[in-house]
Amino acid sequence: MPDMNNTNTDKNPLVEMRDIHVSFGGVKAVDGVSIDLYPGEVVGVLGHNGAGKSTLIKILSGAYQADTGQIVVDGKEAKIENARDARDNNIETIYQNLALADNLDATQNLFLGREFVDKFGFLDDAAMEHKAREVLHRLNPNFKKFTSPVSALSGGQRQSVAIARALLFEARVLIMDEPCAALGVHETKMVCELINKLKHDGLGILLISHDLHDVFDLSDRLHVMKNGKLVGSVRTEDVTHDDVLGMIILGKMPEHLLHLAGPGATNATNTQTSETLL
Amino acid sequence: MSRLLSKMEVDRRLIGLAFVLLIIWVGFDIASGGRFITPRNIFNLSVQTASVAVMACGMVLIIVTRHIDLSVGAILGVLAMIMGVVQTDFLPQFLDYNHPMTWALTLLIGIAVGAAIGGIQGLAVGYLGVPAFIVTLGGLLVWRGSAWWVTQGRTVAPLDQNFILLGGGIEGTIGATWSWIVAAVAIAAIIYVAIMDRRRRLAFDFPVKPIWAEYTNTIVKAGLVLAVITTLNAYHLPTRAAERILENKGIPVTPENIEISHGIAIPLLIVALVAIVLTVVVKRTRFGRYIFAIGGNPQAAELAGINVKRMTVAVFALMGVLCAISAAISSARLQSAGNDLGTLDELRVIAAVVIGGTSLAGGVGTIYGALIGALVMQSLQSGMALLGVDTSLQSIVIGLVLVLAVFSDKYFHRRYSDPTA
Repeated sequence: MPDMNNTNTDKNPLVEMRDIHVSFGGVKAVDGVSIDLYPGEVVGVLGHNGAGKSTLIKILSGAYQADTGQIVVDGKEAKIENARDARDNNIETIYQNLALADNLDATQNLFLGREFVDKFGFLDDAAMEHKAREVLHRLNPNFKKFTSPVSALSGGQRQSVAIARALLFEARVLIMDEPCAALGVHETKMVCELINKLKHDGLGILLISHDLHDVFDLSDRLHVMKNGKLVGSVRTEDVTHDDVLGMIILGKMPEHLLHLAGPGATNATNTQTSETLL
Repeated sequence: MSRLLSKMEVDRRLIGLAFVLLIIWVGFDIASGGRFITPRNIFNLSVQTASVAVMACGMVLIIVTRHIDLSVGAILGVLAMIMGVVQTDFLPQFLDYNHPMTWALTLLIGIAVGAAIGGIQGLAVGYLGVPAFIVTLGGLLVWRGSAWWVTQGRTVAPLDQNFILLGGGIEGTIGATWSWIVAAVAIAAIIYVAIMDRRRRLAFDFPVKPIWAEYTNTIVKAGLVLAVITTLNAYHLPTRAAERILENKGIPVTPENIEISHGIAIPLLIVALVAIVLTVVVKRTRFGRYIFAIGGNPQAAELAGINVKRMTVAVFALMGVLCAISAAISSARLQSAGNDLGTLDELRVIAAVVIGGTSLAGGVGTIYGALIGALVMQSLQSGMALLGVDTSLQSIVIGLVLVLAVFSDKYFHRRYSDPTA
């Protein structure tokens, strides 16, 4: 049983991005950033528009490629050159506006790109609807509209469908781009509950947002970026809203938190490693 | 009423269209003193609509993927010329004149060339990223010009004896007996599909329509099939043509057997076949599903692993194939191929599709809607011709109807569609 030593996955990150560099025509969009994500953990990636958070995440989801740097999935280095590679590594991204085809119904969206077909090659809609009901019921027991176009669904219901779609692909790492943007209070609450549920199921979730309030309560840890660099990585329980706002706006760790700064932080004073942090 | 319809899961847009068609038919019938709703006129309508209807089926898919094809009329023209030359000059080098294989080989060659032409346009749209409007506007000029070059403008006639059956005409029908057989098969299929769908949903414990709605749906559909076939069978051949056919078969002419029914015209049969195949493709295959996904959200489709570029080529190639079929129908109907065949057909086709409820924004559209749209357009034109309305006035009326149709569709959709339904 050689694998017995490796079963303690809680100690190994699901995904690590190490020393990632990306520049666009001389502009350093991402400058030596390292982040990590553990199973059953929600991590927020925060920063202003242009801080480089979206670029960083798109490297993980396969939309861009890093100039230099490493992506490590389950302790093994992974090559992610397109969305399909990301999917092969069980990394799924839910983009804000790109997730669903509005004119198709929930079931059709869930299975888009890998429909069930019968032995003659025809779509097996009933079998797909059956599976869709099963998956969506687990996420959102109130979901009923399996056969109306998703344009008729509320924002929260649409997010449920997009998340269910990622789960059907057996995602272990879920990247959510502004998951609560354009959602009402009630809807936001629903998505939050959903994210907590997925976290308890052992998924690793990266939340990308420029709005601190969206992610603060949900996240276990926060990576804050500014001008392409990682300002710092902190545990949410150690910081206040103001601390994090300071990091986002000023681009440096608050004095009283310097001893907590994570790996890759710009404040060179810290000597702690991620192992001691976690 | 609207709750009743939603329980029956009937497309409200379809009801609206059918209602419009009914008003047009009844209106013209009254205005013409009962000459519009006659077996003869309905038979003629079915033949006249066929060419545009076949292309409209393909145009639905083009428009659903957020493209447009302005070149279909010109492609029809060039393909009709090519098929004309193939059957009158090329194939007779190897086969006898009016050889039973000539029509099939001609059609196959036409379909292959049509697929190639459509495919080339699709490549330009999908891979080179030139907007479909421009590619096919250029195509309109290129293919119309090419149609002239095939024979330096000479009209090709007469066409192959079997080929011209594709255009309807006196012998281009399947007769009463076969028409009844087609009706029986169609009704059996309607019942079979309804039962299988319901069984499948029940097997998974999904909600199903109330049983009375299933019965009503099935009875209405079967009734429509019966009504159409009965009407077409009630249209008899002209006495002289019937006499000639009987003489050819060596049967003595009597008052009983002189009444030979037209039955279903072959072009109508082709339309039905194309529509059924494409409806199955749209509803039951990945290809069809992806067409709608691309129309709804091209980026989402791409991210789901759909090869949007290749799909674009395929959809345009399919449009080319349908142009070939339409070219066969229209040249066969005229029994000759001229290089101006299909002029302005692109506009008739697009109008039919849009009247049939396909959204130019993409993602929404049905094959049956396009068929009814084509029938509405042709009914207006035939009806006005029957009443002796000037051609210029006909164009004005049809143009206004097109705009009105799209406006009312938008208006009623906004007003009465319930987004939470």
